Amino acid sequence: MRPSPRAISLTVLSLAIVLITTWLIWIAWDATASDPMTTLAPLSDNADAVQGLYNFVTILAGIVMVGVLTLTLAFAVIFRERAGHEPQQIHGNSRLEVLWTLIPVAIVIAIALPSFSVIIDTTGDAPDDALEVVATGNQWWFEFEYPGLDVTTANELHLPVDRAVNVELRSEDVIHSFWVPQLSGKVDMVPGHENRLWFTPHETGMFLGQCAEFCGTSHANMRFRVFVHAPEDFDAWVASQAADAEPAQGDLALAGEKIATTLCAACHTIRGTNAVGQIGPDLTHIASRTTLASGMFENNSENMAAWLANPPGEKPGSIMPNLNLNAEQIEQLVAYLQDLK
Amino acid sequence: MEATEAAHGEHHTSLGVDNRMLLMWIFLASECLFFGSLISTYLIYKGESLVRPLPDDVFDIPLTSLSTFVLLVSSFTMVLAVYAAHHNFPKMMKLSLLSTILLGLVFLGFQVYEFRLFGSEGLNLSTNQFGASFFVLTGFHGVHVGVGVLYLGSMLIGSMRRNGLGPSGGLYMEIAGLYWHFVDIVWIVIFTVIYLIP
Amino acid sequence: MATATGTLPQVQEETTIWTWLTTVDHKKIGTMYGISGFAFFLLAGLEALIIRTQLAVPNGAVVDADRYNQLFTMHALTMIFLGIMPLGAAFFNYFLPLMIGARDVAFPRLNALSYWVFLGGALLLTSSFIFGGAPDGGWFAYAPLSDEEFSPGAGLDFYAIGLLILGTSSLMASLNFAVTVFNMRAPGMSMMRLPVFIWMMLVVNFLLILSLPVITVALVQLVFDRNFTTNFFTPAEGGDPILWQHLFWVFAHPEVYVLILPSMGIVSEVLPVFSRKPLFGYAAIVFAGVAIGVLGFAVWSHHMFTTGLGTVPQIVFTASTMAIAVPTGIKIFNWMGTLYGGSIHFNTAMYFAVSFIALFTIGGISGVMHASPPVDSQQQDTYFIVAHIHYVLFGGAIVGIFSGLYYWFPKMTGRFLDERLGKIHFWLMFIGMNITFFPMHFLGLSGMPRRIYTYDADLGWETWNMVATIGSYMLALGIIVFLVNFFWTMRKEPTATDNPWDAPTLEWATSSPPPEHDFDVIPEVRDRDPLWYDRDHGIEKVEPPSEMHIHLPPPSYFPLLIGLGVLLLGVGVLSHLALTALGVVIVIYSIWGWALEPTE
Repeated sequence: MRPSPRAISLTVLSLAIVLITTWLIWIAWDATASDPMTTLAPLSDNADAVQGLYNFVTILAGIVMVGVLTLTLAFAVIFRERAGHEPQQIHGNSRLEVLWTLIPVAIVIAIALPSFSVIIDTTGDAPDDALEVVATGNQWWFEFEYPGLDVTTANELHLPVDRAVNVELRSEDVIHSFWVPQLSGKVDMVPGHENRLWFTPHETGMFLGQCAEFCGTSHANMRFRVFVHAPEDFDAWVASQAADAEPAQGDLALAGEKIATTLCAACHTIRGTNAVGQIGPDLTHIASRTTLASGMFENNSENMAAWLANPPGEKPGSIMPNLNLNAEQIEQLVAYLQDLK
Repeated sequence: MEATEAAHGEHHTSLGVDNRMLLMWIFLASECLFFGSLISTYLIYKGESLVRPLPDDVFDIPLTSLSTFVLLVSSFTMVLAVYAAHHNFPKMMKLSLLSTILLGLVFLGFQVYEFRLFGSEGLNLSTNQFGASFFVLTGFHGVHVGVGVLYLGSMLIGSMRRNGLGPSGGLYMEIAGLYWHFVDIVWIVIFTVIYLIP
Repeated sequence: MATATGTLPQVQEETTIWTWLTTVDHKKIGTMYGISGFAFFLLAGLEALIIRTQLAVPNGAVVDADRYNQLFTMHALTMIFLGIMPLGAAFFNYFLPLMIGARDVAFPRLNALSYWVFLGGALLLTSSFIFGGAPDGGWFAYAPLSDEEFSPGAGLDFYAIGLLILGTSSLMASLNFAVTVFNMRAPGMSMMRLPVFIWMMLVVNFLLILSLPVITVALVQLVFDRNFTTNFFTPAEGGDPILWQHLFWVFAHPEVYVLILPSMGIVSEVLPVFSRKPLFGYAAIVFAGVAIGVLGFAVWSHHMFTTGLGTVPQIVFTASTMAIAVPTGIKIFNWMGTLYGGSIHFNTAMYFAVSFIALFTIGGISGVMHASPPVDSQQQDTYFIVAHIHYVLFGGAIVGIFSGLYYWFPKMTGRFLDERLGKIHFWLMFIGMNITFFPMHFLGLSGMPRRIYTYDADLGWETWNMVATIGSYMLALGIIVFLVNFFWTMRKEPTATDNPWDAPTLEWATSSPPPEHDFDVIPEVRDRDPLWYDRDHGIEKVEPPSEMHIHLPPPSYFPLLIGLGVLLLGVGVLSHLALTALGVVIVIYSIWGWALEPTE
């Protein structure tokens, strides 16, 4: 059955419409690669492998989509009812049906096989000389410990470039998920389980991460940052983090230290003082961090004061309660804490 | 299909099986998944309890074998009841039905005794995963036996009316028998998988 | 009133509230499911509009975090369990007997009971908003967040009890429909002559029969964990949160096929009628549907790819998930083959049916993308998944339902929905839907996670969020146009003949709307497309005899009473156990009455 010129031109027209639409979509799709938390700018081996597979799958998906949409549109237009045209009462076509069973099978095998390969790579063990980090999810912040280096911090993960890092994933309470799109696919932090992921970042820079498993009221506010350094910068960071807290200097800070080591000690640790609380983030080097409240606010005195005045007001559901501090206490605490570099 | 219907009990059906019988069969398929999920939970948590008592500490196999035997006998009396219903032996049917009910109650009695015995040995819902999964599984099985007892009790009461269970009595008894046998089979599985297999 | 005599069975019955409360007629029950389902669909849509308004700008202040988390949880629960499933049930109820040439379903009172229990469960779940807060743990309620330690309010208890009640309703309906399909087909209606809609419905019913028990166990375990000191999902005491996920998804994955298969069935009915040629590849479409049902039980862990399953499980579930794409693709190609060579009449029903093919394809393809675990590791829990879900559920299920509504409206009411308003509705909905959900692909790729009540300004997410919100308002406008069309049409006089569309299936062999007894004479079926066969072979419709004795099952108030008892049971569990006891008494009394009441 040879298609009529009319059918051919309508099919070509449909293809053109679909292709133009696809091209517009492609522009927007691709533009996401320049967004700060994009999943399309891989900067580690793990993310590279995922991206390679994604590109392949997307191209296949695009081809199928263009094909189906073009033909559907074309048929809808070509076969509109016309006077005197009686449609042929066909019930099927075995050859075609076998063909369009086998082709999808081939396509899904084509997607599945490389997927298996990447699965095996990314779920395999990290290299023996990988840096060990333990990431623990809490409602609603991240704790990062470096067992081999005696460093404990929160909401900021610092890594050396071009060295594998093996991140052990834990949770203190509910299921969270560790996700830094540019550096790795996500893996969940399940209480009672020992999940892990590993990757080797190959660019320095600051990368955004966020919890990606709904974990309660402030799930939206559970964010973190990853800093990838040149090796010597990383060593310097480790050295300063492993040190004890700076002793307070000046009246304001001294008064603040007093509050911190009595009141705050119930939940927080400030190494070198008698504050050894285990509930909230480690504050030993709080001033060295770029954000407060797990990525919610820039770390500066103003924001810190606002936080201390009413934590649940700043972060809904915050486990840290409103301690009813007066303005003077807040000023003292801020003075102290902002010195803990 | 006729425009007039005779006895409402026996409609023509495409598969030749009565609608209500087919309903019970398919319902039991769903019950398989229900008990399957409970048994799976038990097996998943087998060996995962953090504290005692563990199965070996509390199971009394001779006792449970006895209650299992009681339930098996009740299936036999149920077979007799169905036979009697089909062949129109009303006295035998009522007696067999009553026996089935009593044996079912005895089984339930054993279950209550066993639960209390385990409780006194320190095993309850909150003790460990064994306690939680064991009591929920056997508890729901017991509920199914209880519902079965009520079901058969209603059949017995119905059979004591003037018309008995009516012309479809054989069918109704057979459907009830299906349910009762199913509950028994589930118990055999539970007894084997939970009690007997180490 | 149980008999109808004479040759003119078209009697306009006087119906009262009591008629509806005690009806066992599948058409009335289907109508009630339809109206309730649509009302809850609108409610869930409202919840969605609030969500979209909150997300239109960064750091939005329309609702607070707690309220937002309740909204997205209830949006999903309401759409799935109180919207799409009842709308599917509405069509199953109305058309199953008609399409197989029966006069009602196998168990008419059980049918009514399914509806009343559904309504009770739906009201219970929805009432949670005013009784201490709606559930806020997501519709998937992952442990340990769902435990009473982290969700201390009543919300998750409403969730568990509500879903247990709704599950019971669905199970009863599924058992009823399955027996009906197997046992009550008209002479000559073999299984391979069943309309595709009926086949899809049969698969749906088996999916529910086999998956509902699993979620029942999970919910029971959740109730026990929250209220009776067990620790099924508490890690500290040896429990495993992943067990909840397995049990949940073994149910919830088949559930998504429950949501889409009815619409696939509807589209399989509509496309041939308005292409004026038979469905292409009937057998393949049927077998593909069955294959989707069976395979649907083998893919559940693809929802858990990021939970640390391990290498082998990931590989196995990738394979099964990829496999299920094949029968889905087959159906799409067969629908396209139905259009090919046709003489297509583009009324509103057909617009929706054809757009279903396109929109569902888009949703299916994004699904195949994250069927690959490494790709999923970036897309999981982002708006990319939200885009996928809404393309298959809105562009698929909802669009299919509207196609069925416009197609079957004359059969159910005798009136035609206005075509001009229908097309306006279609275009607003089609364009609005794409504007709302397509940008969500971009948002997901751009790193925006799901289930967040707000987001920061400088992440590149503002533009598409605003666009999506505008699209959602356009969608809503389309629905309003539909409502206007509906109410305006219902005020017109019925004009429809038996078979205004010249359709092939048996529901068009009786009046529009059908008489209470459906068919004057049970039809004899000679072909898969019975009415087209009879038309092409000059076979006349059999005239009813001058005296007919059709007995219909009499109405009963026991289904309503049991429904009330079950509702009290649930309410009592959440408040005072005395109510539960009362509920149990009512249920037992009603079962007794039901068993003894005459059915002649």
